[in-house]
Amino acid sequence: MSSVEQLMKTPLHQWHVSNNGRMVDFAGWSMPVQYSSIVDEHHQTRNAVGMFDVSHMGRLFFSGANVGEFLDSLTTRRVAGVETGKVRYSLMAKEDGCILDDVLVYLLPDANGNPFHMMVVNASNREKIVNWINSHIPSDSDIVLEDKTASSAMIAVQGPKANAVVAGLAGINPDDLGYYTGTTSTVCGVEAIVSRTGYTGEDGCELIVESEHAEKIWLAVHEAASAVGGGASGLAARDTLRLEAAMPLYGHELSETTNVAQTGLRFAVQMKDRTFIGKDAILAGRKDESLPVRIGLQLDGKRVAREEADILDPDSGKIGTVTSGTFSPTLQKSISMGYIKREHSAAGTKIVIDIRGRHYDAVVVELPFYDRNNK
Amino acid sequence: MDPQTLLYAESHEWVHAGDDGVATIGISAHAVEALTDLVYMELPDVGTAVSAGDSFGVVESVKATSDLFCPVDGEVIEANTGLPDNLEILSEDPYEKGWIIKVKMSGTDALSNLMNYEAYEKMNADGH
Repeated sequence: MSSVEQLMKTPLHQWHVSNNGRMVDFAGWSMPVQYSSIVDEHHQTRNAVGMFDVSHMGRLFFSGANVGEFLDSLTTRRVAGVETGKVRYSLMAKEDGCILDDVLVYLLPDANGNPFHMMVVNASNREKIVNWINSHIPSDSDIVLEDKTASSAMIAVQGPKANAVVAGLAGINPDDLGYYTGTTSTVCGVEAIVSRTGYTGEDGCELIVESEHAEKIWLAVHEAASAVGGGASGLAARDTLRLEAAMPLYGHELSETTNVAQTGLRFAVQMKDRTFIGKDAILAGRKDESLPVRIGLQLDGKRVAREEADILDPDSGKIGTVTSGTFSPTLQKSISMGYIKREHSAAGTKIVIDIRGRHYDAVVVELPFYDRNNK
Repeated sequence: MDPQTLLYAESHEWVHAGDDGVATIGISAHAVEALTDLVYMELPDVGTAVSAGDSFGVVESVKATSDLFCPVDGEVIEANTGLPDNLEILSEDPYEKGWIIKVKMSGTDALSNLMNYEAYEKMNADGH
């Protein structure tokens, strides 16, 4: 563990500390896990607006010729030839088909309308991905990766009232952007990348601005959010929100020993008429019946099955492992995600979970646990 | 109970050691505040033998599962079975209605390892 002094700080660090943020080491960053109640911060996001400092996420910008084609060779999903304005969720795999990171690849217009590529990667994987990308840039290419994580801030504004809150401050109404698209606009008169993206299962947007403007924009969004029942939410609420929405988290559902085929993220994998690192191993993984697959679990009662709990079949013993779990604030149920042998993966299958030596009944359920369009 | 008259474990349980050899055990207001968003508590059965330092139950919060450690040696003679489904009691009244178990102590040696209120408050102030 690194000491507090060595942790990286976002431009909003002082605000978090001054506002009762409980600061923890998250991937080498000092980040607010919560300000008051995780459950309250969760509900305000589902019901109004939650705003999250996600400046620890890696922001990588690209210049040069044929960036889209180059990135396409590293991503499981097609990112070459997409329309300007698109943001695509994708995985990056190794040759063995296992996962280096899950990322967003953006092709956005800059302030002059010229397209540029950027990528948002997990904080814990940033250095690894920067090295991975740089090591794959062809020697005859002029592509340059610029890591702007330290010089910028990223604020996620999420919830049913999020876009209206931002619309009042920005040069664009995020509602006018298609889902998973973005552009360069302004917020509080300052240039900002605005994208209709997020990691909570709610509608909303994310703002990327230069560090020096971060606090001004955070304060303005916070004031507008507070007026409609919203406010700041910490990383713990972000985790319960993403888990209800069944979004995978790197280090839990995704890892360098998890084949892309196991994740069930079919929308993030495009095989036809293209090639990318890991493709053959992912195709083989789809056919390999011995590989466990990602599932949702709902437990009877209020005990929570967390990461590394064993999933058991009453007859045959261990059949899987839990990767994330919480007590769902929205559903008021104990929910988990995990990986299980395929023959036990059908929704409705009854299983048992070993929580610290005691056995609890649970059932395999469809993902996601929560869908805002199908409440 | 007056928190200033109780004994405390480093793991934030409080103990009231009665003259009748029965220890009443709960968790401190500081612990409740640190845990936040409590969901559920699992209690031991009456009759369970416990040793100082053993886990006697768990408290489940949205974020984490935490052990409850028994500060004394003996046998559980009563558990506050109304508590697990009404954990708000822990926030409202951690030292009275929020008691968790009562233990018939087999000895009092373990009590000497506990802190008084002042020492416990100092430990929290020092950031543990």
